Amino acid sequence: MFARTLGATALALTLAGAASAQEQSILVQSTTSTANSGLYDYLLPIFQDKTGVQVNVVAVGTGQAIKNAENCDGDVLLVHAKPSEEKFVAAGFGTERTDLMYNDFVIVGPAADPAGVGGMSDVQGALSQIAEKGAMFASRADDSGTHKKEMALWADSSVDPTSASGGWYRETGSGMGATLNAGIGMGAYVMTDRATWISFANKQDYQIAVQGDEDMFNQYGVIPVNSEKCPSVNVDAARTFADWLVSDEGQEAIAGFKVADQQLFFPNAPGN
Amino acid sequence: MQSIGDALGLAVALVLSGDPDLLEIVLLSLRVSLSATVIACLIGLPVGALVAIGRFRGRNALLVFMNALMGLPPVVVGLLVYLHLSRSGPLGFLGLLYTPTAMIIAQVILIAPIIAALSRQVLEDLHTEYADQFRSLCLSRVQTVQALLWDARYSLLTVGLAGFGRAVAEVGAVIIVGGNIDHLTRVMTTAIALETSKGELALALALGMILLIIALGVNAAVQSVRMTAARQAYV
Repeated sequence: MFARTLGATALALTLAGAASAQEQSILVQSTTSTANSGLYDYLLPIFQDKTGVQVNVVAVGTGQAIKNAENCDGDVLLVHAKPSEEKFVAAGFGTERTDLMYNDFVIVGPAADPAGVGGMSDVQGALSQIAEKGAMFASRADDSGTHKKEMALWADSSVDPTSASGGWYRETGSGMGATLNAGIGMGAYVMTDRATWISFANKQDYQIAVQGDEDMFNQYGVIPVNSEKCPSVNVDAARTFADWLVSDEGQEAIAGFKVADQQLFFPNAPGN
Repeated sequence: MQSIGDALGLAVALVLSGDPDLLEIVLLSLRVSLSATVIACLIGLPVGALVAIGRFRGRNALLVFMNALMGLPPVVVGLLVYLHLSRSGPLGFLGLLYTPTAMIIAQVILIAPIIAALSRQVLEDLHTEYADQFRSLCLSRVQTVQALLWDARYSLLTVGLAGFGRAVAEVGAVIIVGGNIDHLTRVMTTAIALETSKGELALALALGMILLIIALGVNAAVQSVRMTAARQAYV
């Protein structure tokens, strides 16, 4: 009954939908940090003025963005989990992956610093210390790029935090902003990308506790979705967008985006 | 509790500024949820009426089922519609995912059961009252349904408002099938979710207050229609 209702309604409304579809528009399946920090609000008007291509962004966790792109519900993928991205391309869903820009992850915590990790740069050491002291830690636990990175760092520290899940280790299963809100509410340490943290408005007494370890490097990549797998892809416009992002002009635009006088993303496309 | 005061001030400032982005979001919210309510009424009212006057085997089981569907979780409806409308799904060729149309479809599925179940109760009570009269007039089933729907029209307006309230307030379904795309599928509830995730709690709350005012406006408009109609009926 549901499928039939759905089908009938869909058919009845198709005309309206088709009529309003833009001639030149693409859909980007994106990680949340680039959207929430305001990067797209800054970049996209520059790109649209130049090319006339309308760019629509769906901002979800990296895991979900990749799933959506595998379902062909997007023209370009812009996320930050290199191994998963390479798997996506190897499986034929993307044409090629290009490094786009980077920043880094940080661990933020309450001013009281219950685990005494403030000022540390050795992230594995800091995580071990948090676990040892049983200080509260809030994890995304949503298969996002940040979550994947966090799990890799725990593995490097030889700590299995999930055995303490529900205890000092709190798995929110939510986006970065929701996890920050929850973590700050319960006085927990949270690992976040620096861009989200700088632009986050509900910091309260929280500050960066751990930063500067080269293992906290955060690389973003861009991948046009492969039209051989997904015939609905707007190939030319997707190509135009991906090419522009890694061009001198696109890279300069990324470097020019600042929040509170701080640069949030550092362009590093090859050949620039 | 600082942020509630901030939010009130922000809400007033936002409304007064006549911000075009806010207006766009408000209008899309209204367009999606009002369309969904109208379509859900076109489906739900006849279903509710037929079940109300019908006597058939399995009726009680159907009633339980209809009433249970009122508790459909929006996220589940969103996923169901996503799986159908995704390019890799059976209706993917329509290209409807991440459009307002997809959001309307999701909300119709969400609220049609509410309208069917509530109108069934209203119409059944009315039917019990008039059953003898209908029988003496030898009305056909269609005529009975028409008479019942017309007679209960004011109660059914409230049923419609219950559906609209559910539609305009839900975020779980529209954020999955709409994608919260700026200038395309962003509505009040998804904008509130977004601002919350940015830590802009006062702004999120301010948008929530504006949403409440919109719901008040729609209800007031319906109420005034009802009162005007009632007054004319007595002249």
